Amino acid sequence: MATPTPLPKKIAIALTVNGTPKQLELAPWTTLLDALRDHLDLTGTKKGCDHGQCGACTVLVDGRRVNACLVLAVMKDGATVTTIEGLARNGALHPLQQAFIDHDAFQCGYCTPGQICSAAGLIAEGRAKSPDEIRELMSGNICRCAAYPNIIAAIQQAMAAMGSRS
Amino acid sequence: MINFEYACPSNVAEAVRQSAADPRAKFIAGGTNLVDLMKKDVERPARLIDISRLPLKSVAEAPGGALRIGALVPNTDLAYHPLVEQRYPMLSSAILAGASQQLRNMASTGGNLLQRTRCYYFYDVASPCNKREPGSGCSAVTGFNRQHAILGASDACLATHPSDMCVALAALEAKVHVVGPGGERTIAFGDFHRLPGSEPQRDTNLQPAEIITAVELPARGFSRNYTYLKIRDRLSYAFALVSVAVGLELENGTIREARLALGGVAHKPWREENAEAALRGQAASDDKFARAADLLLRDAKGLSHNAFKIDLAHRAVVRALGQAARATPQSQSNKAIR
Repeated sequence: MATPTPLPKKIAIALTVNGTPKQLELAPWTTLLDALRDHLDLTGTKKGCDHGQCGACTVLVDGRRVNACLVLAVMKDGATVTTIEGLARNGALHPLQQAFIDHDAFQCGYCTPGQICSAAGLIAEGRAKSPDEIRELMSGNICRCAAYPNIIAAIQQAMAAMGSRS
Repeated sequence: MINFEYACPSNVAEAVRQSAADPRAKFIAGGTNLVDLMKKDVERPARLIDISRLPLKSVAEAPGGALRIGALVPNTDLAYHPLVEQRYPMLSSAILAGASQQLRNMASTGGNLLQRTRCYYFYDVASPCNKREPGSGCSAVTGFNRQHAILGASDACLATHPSDMCVALAALEAKVHVVGPGGERTIAFGDFHRLPGSEPQRDTNLQPAEIITAVELPARGFSRNYTYLKIRDRLSYAFALVSVAVGLELENGTIREARLALGGVAHKPWREENAEAALRGQAASDDKFARAADLLLRDAKGLSHNAFKIDLAHRAVVRALGQAARATPQSQSNKAIR
């Protein structure tokens, strides 16, 4: 019987996740999404399509929104990651979280963490002003319940509330 | 996804050496296309060579008024770079017409050139596909071929190149700088991608172990009279059925220089020297634009589900030339086509 090929070895990486330093040993094929959910128990970030098409897995890496399902975690050694669990401050909801509640910007809620992280990235980019621009730059986040009008309203509210800091 | 080894070389020479030493290795940068293809088992590399940390991330002015873009500059950074917005707004517009902001944040300049077709049979490992498995046949010939090529296709492959950015780079006559085991070389953009012919598994003329280090934009940027018009099934975040990049230089209403490239219609961005030549020296008018569209689409051939693309492309070319001539480029947020 042929000797089975040994599995490629795990790789040690360091991430700062929601402000906390984390050490992980991961197989090279572990995505950032699986690292967050399965290794760090941060299940707020959702796995939707797992192919970069739906946006449910959106997180901020070094301040920029990305699809965590298409990121290999080992490639992000040393990075700072912010997930939906890291947006609230001292028990106070992030303005986007509050705005999504105020505007009822969801139905089932599965896309919501990705929508909110994506919107946080959008506001930090400072490129979207009009509703057309918000719609276009949020097109990577799909809501199958079609709460889009409320999502746009929520983002506009948060943008206004955060105006002084963005 | 299969198991694979991972390496993270610290310089370009080492990356090239590692790649040359292992034919089953692949480079990874942004990963937006490769990781997806690996999850589908379309790509099965034994080793990933992570080039994302190599120092190829700058946008710098180059001799002769050119702009040199490092291969690892993310698509978003390139689209929003002040010099690109100022001098090459057609390129900014084309980049922002593609993918989503998350993907553009991840995707690299070099990787955009190297993305593979979105032909559904290429993605479906249960279907024959000459690009994925040479000699197995092309499922699109008798299958669903609505998205497929109307120009430059072969019996072996009807796939289209999916990039928007590359359509603008073709129109701008960019150059691709690469380095490999044999040293550095520069490839004209028109020679970078291939037509499928009998070897559809080869998307580009890159040689084994070669890395793209930079894309260079010549000084001529068409910053006043340009457009990027993309026609697709959804208003955002969808691949082009047809797209058109146009750059014009006008003098008192007469066209001095014209660039015209089509996306979504062939295995590479499609240009036709005769079509551009037919515009030079002419008044910017719809009948001249229609003549250029005739020439550009002269050899177009419809398949069972995509013959509509020929008319669509013709009208899109006339519309895009008009947008460019009027200096009213297509907005990528408000999608109304004027």
